[in-house]
Amino acid sequence: MVKGTDAPPILIAQDIVMSFHGKRCLDGIRFSVQRGEIFGLLGQTGAGKTTLIKILTGQLPPDAGSATRDSSASIGIMMDAFGVYERLSVYENLKIYAALYGTVHPKEKITDILEKVGLSEAKKTAAAKLSKGMQSRLRLARVLLRDPDILFLDEPTSGLDPATADCIRQILYTEKKRGKTIFLVTHTMSEAESLCDRIALLCGGKIIECGTPKEICARHNRQKSFALHLSDGTDLCLPLTPDSADRIADLIRGRCVETLHTTEPDLETVFCDLTGEERTPAP
Amino acid sequence: MRYITAIFYKQLLDTKKNNAVLIQFFMFPLMAFFMEHMIQIAEMPPHFFAKMFACMFVGMAPLVCMSSVLSEEKERGTLRVLLMSGVKPWQYLISIGSFIFCMCMIGTAVFTLLCMYRGWDALVFVCIMTAGIVLSELVGAVIGICCQNQMAATGVMVPVMLIFSFVPMLSEFNTTVAAYTDFLFSQQIRTLINHIGVTAFPTKSICILAGNFFAALAVFLFVSRKKGLE
Repeated sequence: MVKGTDAPPILIAQDIVMSFHGKRCLDGIRFSVQRGEIFGLLGQTGAGKTTLIKILTGQLPPDAGSATRDSSASIGIMMDAFGVYERLSVYENLKIYAALYGTVHPKEKITDILEKVGLSEAKKTAAAKLSKGMQSRLRLARVLLRDPDILFLDEPTSGLDPATADCIRQILYTEKKRGKTIFLVTHTMSEAESLCDRIALLCGGKIIECGTPKEICARHNRQKSFALHLSDGTDLCLPLTPDSADRIADLIRGRCVETLHTTEPDLETVFCDLTGEERTPAP
Repeated sequence: MRYITAIFYKQLLDTKKNNAVLIQFFMFPLMAFFMEHMIQIAEMPPHFFAKMFACMFVGMAPLVCMSSVLSEEKERGTLRVLLMSGVKPWQYLISIGSFIFCMCMIGTAVFTLLCMYRGWDALVFVCIMTAGIVLSELVGAVIGICCQNQMAATGVMVPVMLIFSFVPMLSEFNTTVAAYTDFLFSQQIRTLINHIGVTAFPTKSICILAGNFFAALAVFLFVSRKKGLE
């Protein structure tokens, strides 16, 4: 549920500039995140996504500009490099953080969250013995234990098997439905397209696009053509012109068309176009 | 206070399952117990092994545990999570320091019993051990803060620990070593323990201990300000 844009944003990045060793890695970053939306930040490896998340969460002061959060909003951060206590069990790991956060009725809360992330069966297992996917779930459980208003997630599904990644996406979607704001850093385009209300594309330290996935794809739909698969097995690609319309109508009347669709680019195509990256062909 | 007790509790749970750290707290008290009961030599001063191992314990256990815990938490990223959860670096250090201190005091209690100290002597012994444990923890914290991972910490910790824990033992047998290493806090812990019951106030030892404490504190403050805990 994304509330109306009249509501004040829960998070505002204003002209953030950050340099490392004389190299500017973030240059005038400006966007806002509305309460209750999933905002995706996409970018190539090394584009400065993690640096930006650190600035937004107050771990790193920017060289210039500011990151402003709603003062009443609590935050939870899940980053890939953040470890768990490997000798301790899943339950003990969460118990420590429940004590740290001052959670009321910790036992019930931990049981609920373990159920939610699908780790109930493994609650007595030492964290070191968990698979990578289960460790990710444990990290997510740790974030959810605090019940934060804004969740900052740095590539939460990176390197996970499809089932685990899907489970994490489902949890995020549930949290969004509970009114939580999610700031999702990812380089999985399909994930951003399906999950995010709005996304920002980060390239060369700048936000080169910001909007809903559909808006962005529509803005970069240069081909504007129709793709047809005919009953004789041939594929046709026709430009969006009156002549093509007549020809398509003829083909449909002649019952020669198996499939017909517009050739809007997907987010990955747009991303590759904008960043100048070559798209790896599907095997 | 909530953060401090939560981290203390975390350390208690973790240490129970961390044999490498756990052994540090019990190795010297156990060795002292067995040596005291197994080896009896006529010319040997009373409770020779208990006093010697108490000095070694002070120079090794707090230092090794403090630097191990800090460097491991840094390496695994768990310290960062704690700091991002709102824990202040001083709260973390106080929690871990208090836990290690409490564990070392169990060892101190064992040494007090082995040395058969009673009343005032026992209190003086505990005070001497407390001073040594705090100093050793400060040195361990400096190593833990300076090193990014356990491998690096071990590389620094082992020679430092060998100096602080083995010098008092070597000094028992060699006066030259004792003379040259008089400035070390663990050496003065040995001197003070050996002089329990002597009425003269050990001004020199107290001054050296105070000097060691302020030097360690200055280095600790410098590195913690410069490097922080991350």
